[in-house]
Amino acid sequence: MTAPHPDLLTLLLGLAAVLFAASAVAYVLRVRLSPGGSNAVIENLGDRIDAWWVMAIVMGLALIGGRTGVTLLFALCSFAALREFVTLTNTRRADHWALAGAFFVILPAQYWLVWTGWYGLYSIFIPVYAFLLMPIVSSLRGDTDRFLVRIAEVQWALMICVFCVSHVPALLTLDIPGFEGRNVLLIAFLVIVVQSSDVMQYVWGKLLGRAKIAPKLSPSKTLEGLVGGGLSAVALGTALAWITPFSPIEAALLSLAIVLMGFFGGLVMSAIKRDRGVKDWGHLIAGHGGFIDRLDSVIFSAPIFFHLVRYGWSLT
Amino acid sequence: MNISVHPPGRHRERTPSRVAGWLRRFLARRAAGLVLGFARIVTAVRGEWQGVEPRDVQRIYFANHSSHGDFILVSAVLPPRLRRHTRPVAGADYWMKGRLRRFVGREVFNAVLIERNRERRTEDPVDQMTRAVGEGASLIVFPEGTRNTGDLPLMPFKSGLYHLARACPGIELVPVWIANLNRVLPKGEIVPIPLVCTVTFGAALHVGEAESKEDFLRRAEIALLSLAPNGNRP
Repeated sequence: MTAPHPDLLTLLLGLAAVLFAASAVAYVLRVRLSPGGSNAVIENLGDRIDAWWVMAIVMGLALIGGRTGVTLLFALCSFAALREFVTLTNTRRADHWALAGAFFVILPAQYWLVWTGWYGLYSIFIPVYAFLLMPIVSSLRGDTDRFLVRIAEVQWALMICVFCVSHVPALLTLDIPGFEGRNVLLIAFLVIVVQSSDVMQYVWGKLLGRAKIAPKLSPSKTLEGLVGGGLSAVALGTALAWITPFSPIEAALLSLAIVLMGFFGGLVMSAIKRDRGVKDWGHLIAGHGGFIDRLDSVIFSAPIFFHLVRYGWSLT
Repeated sequence: MNISVHPPGRHRERTPSRVAGWLRRFLARRAAGLVLGFARIVTAVRGEWQGVEPRDVQRIYFANHSSHGDFILVSAVLPPRLRRHTRPVAGADYWMKGRLRRFVGREVFNAVLIERNRERRTEDPVDQMTRAVGEGASLIVFPEGTRNTGDLPLMPFKSGLYHLARACPGIELVPVWIANLNRVLPKGEIVPIPLVCTVTFGAALHVGEAESKEDFLRRAEIALLSLAPNGNRP
């Protein structure tokens, strides 16, 4: 492990400043409007900001820890996400070995491949090999009841929770001329744009949200929230061009792609939650719900961002 | 689970020296911590206190039973102060077989071990449980009597819960639904599948003055079943 890049430290200090400001605002709101914890929205805001602190600190430590730290962190996120996803599926006894394989063989193997930078295999390992092997394992038990639904659910769980998420640490394997040793900043860029887009959509939506985009899926998603939040996140992404190998225009376009994929990712994951009749994927992050509730936008934007950067800027 | 609620002298009977007794207790406590930690990693278990608060009062928790790990999950969501005084009630036929199981059942989890086989009984199970309550312990009991491996969400309750409730009239009976653990480790499997489990605590019951055994057991079953989530798949 080498010393963290000065740009990364600057970025983390900036993030800490933002969170300090948010905590201060939440404190004032709590004292003024929610004495004794009476206002649910403000209490939830407080919980969210506290959880943001934890996430930012964990993320910062992982980024400072370099490739091993980041890969480990996202492997753990995948584990927690897969656990939440499979909990809501229709698996049966006959799927036991296929599921055990998903958690204890495929997940670690995917992250090991990413860690070693074996692009040729990690980009097809789950969509080809896992997709063919898992139904074979399930079929050996001879239980045909809802077979197609069961295998499709487990496959999609792997796709969403392991394959897509693993493309975040995969950014570290890209070989960009003139950007050597700074790849963790690509992750910081992706995560900051995605998460600020989520936060700003929430803020803009609360301030002037009127036109609901998909009332059946997610009543809190509004056109005003999307446009305001999206533009804010694109502006932030453009302002962060200095930590990336992109020009400001390129950073803006990439941010736009990230924001759109993140938005639609959130929509798809909401549809799954509605189908399963739950409000949140889990309960592990106070104020946010489960891991997938926090990761949903990253899940959809990570592979796309990865490929855009790979084809546009990388030598590999 | 803390071992300090053992009646004094119990370890000294079986182990010759104080040091060995201390070492056993130390090992038992570490082992309990490891088991609870492992259960939390696999199931991310969460307690939902719907009908009662996690207050430090003596209670009899009665739960659905589908896995050997059931009482571990209930223990895992109890605040440590409550956990120290809470003992699971388990079958002696299973937990007295072999040295390791005996150590785990009696010392790691401080279980009240009851003999389910009538012919081999030397003491009435209800008396054993009542005595544990008299010594200040809370209990975790499984009124179905054995693990439920069928398709029904709940099997009919045995009468023990009723007799226990009669013998300890002042104690709250709290229904506890354990969701999903049967999917984590179905019968006959050895590798657990990590799934999110919840343990839901309902409102406390008391047996009525003139309530018949059948009425009370029926009421207790309904109270427990009503805690099962809609999406619960057997």
